[in-house]
Amino acid sequence: MTMIGDRQQLAYIASQAADARVNVELETEGMTLNIGPQHPATHGTLRIIARLDGEQVLWAEPSCGYMHRGYEKLTEVRTFPQVTALVNRIDWLGSFANEVPFILAAEQLMEIEAPPRAQHIRTILFELSRIANVSLFLGDLGVQLGAITPVFFAFRDREYVLNLIEGATGGRFHPNFDRIGGLKDDLPAGWVDETRAVMKKMRKFCDEIENLLFGNEIFESRTRGIGVIPRDVALQYGMSGANLRASGVDWDLRRDQSLPMAWDKVDWKVWTHNDGDSYARCWVRLQETRESTYIVERLLDTLPSGPVMTKVPRIIKVPEGEAWISTENPLGEMGYYVVSKGDLGPFRVKIRSASFNNISIVPWLLKGVYVPDIITILASLYFILGDIDR
Amino acid sequence: MLQLLPSGKVNPLSSPAEATPRQDQMREQLLSDVTACLGDALVESHINVGNDLCVRIATDAWATSAAALKASLGFDYFCFLSAIDWMPSPFGKGEEDPTAEREERSTEIKQGLAGGETRMQVFARLVNHRTHVGITMKTDVPDATPEVPSWVSVFAGANWHERETHEMFGISFAGHPDLRNMYLPTDFEGHPLRKDFPLLSRMVKPWPGIVDVEPLPGGGDEDEAEGSAQ
Repeated sequence: MTMIGDRQQLAYIASQAADARVNVELETEGMTLNIGPQHPATHGTLRIIARLDGEQVLWAEPSCGYMHRGYEKLTEVRTFPQVTALVNRIDWLGSFANEVPFILAAEQLMEIEAPPRAQHIRTILFELSRIANVSLFLGDLGVQLGAITPVFFAFRDREYVLNLIEGATGGRFHPNFDRIGGLKDDLPAGWVDETRAVMKKMRKFCDEIENLLFGNEIFESRTRGIGVIPRDVALQYGMSGANLRASGVDWDLRRDQSLPMAWDKVDWKVWTHNDGDSYARCWVRLQETRESTYIVERLLDTLPSGPVMTKVPRIIKVPEGEAWISTENPLGEMGYYVVSKGDLGPFRVKIRSASFNNISIVPWLLKGVYVPDIITILASLYFILGDIDR
Repeated sequence: MLQLLPSGKVNPLSSPAEATPRQDQMREQLLSDVTACLGDALVESHINVGNDLCVRIATDAWATSAAALKASLGFDYFCFLSAIDWMPSPFGKGEEDPTAEREERSTEIKQGLAGGETRMQVFARLVNHRTHVGITMKTDVPDATPEVPSWVSVFAGANWHERETHEMFGISFAGHPDLRNMYLPTDFEGHPLRKDFPLLSRMVKPWPGIVDVEPLPGGGDEDEAEGSAQ
């Protein structure tokens, strides 16, 4: 044996001894792992503190509040029309969808209803927000598992949808377009045809994502059977949206409640999955995005003519009362409990955001999982930080 | 004491015309089921036609009522839990000049639907995931000792909601495992969503846009404003 060979052998023995020492240390002491607040997987600033035993999580707790903006307090010093500018920053990826339930609650208290064309356009923009929002999820999902390609596809194709939203409302991210009694403007010329073309592109995008990820061996082994949420647990934590439907609960607020929106005017399907694991949540979202493109196309086919704004006073005073309206937003059930005292502004607004409930299950869900799965489970739950902290 | 809405009032939002009476009947049926289930724990109720059923629960029976509704009427989906401070804000909306003479503001506490006797109320919402019908539950929070029973043993999801309510309103929940702050620093003083907690940015500078109707350049806007007002 040469000198170099001896050195190699000694180095090998030394490294083995070091590994063994590390293992012994880990087994006896455990370790606290801090993830975030700045981590690419957190879509903002969520911090997760996890106590580990080797590779296994013993205890995990998200730490919120890095993005708390106090919207419930701020609504109390705004007028009703001004509140939409605040609330479309809650879930900033699907911002138009945040405005709708608040406006519907105000309209309910005022006992007015938007004209049919406005209801249609609201629903179309609502579904476009969902497509823009969830397409980013579908791309981001790959990144959490080490696949870079899908995220480029997602950012490329989401831009088409954002252009549509910008074309109709003037804002890519914060449209502030919904008004009590209707919409700010009608659709611009040529918008309908362009939307049809983009919906075809988005279906192609869904197919691409399906080919790239679903059925991929790595993707399947990292998501199948990981992070399983049984249906009764999902219900008592108030999970909603695709997270709930992936646990086998056939419940979609677009279908199951009567609101002055246009979802009941067209035919579409609610997708569910019975497994309740990370894979099921991703799969349901993929199908929903594709279904949304069909909803938009069918709504464009049946778009009624007429005004987009009903008659409302210029200074809006909302009569005394309480109203609860929730809608099926991209992230889940988003609702507003609005209390009015007959003033220009609301007396109290309770904002029920989807991510707050969806993330409150994390301490339960992460118990016993392995460290690499933390990130895929969080990604599959899909949250927006602004939607947790409000 | 049941306080039902006069049946002549029709909610314009329940769009299919024939659906409104059916929904009414459905909620009245639900209310009688809830009354039978809760008994004396139900203090007062109110039906928001076509939208919601609101019940007020005795404070002591807050947690047991939730458990009873979950077990016997299938309200198994926990939507949210929060609180309302019914005291009118002593600071108004912060729209006026802070240096000017203070106007006298009303300090009368007037509770909303289903009534109430205390300044603060905890309210929560449960949904039956099979029938998709929800119920809003309220309970009075005693003014002297702001404490109500915790829902955590009934709905695990109430944990975070009660922590949030605790730090924002200073209401504690008996039986909650861990009432740490969610958002604010541990040593933060005050409860931000109480009405007597000032919004400091409004104290320093009045809000310029409380009435967001400004005359358009070129004038002639006044007539139109008069015309479109109802």
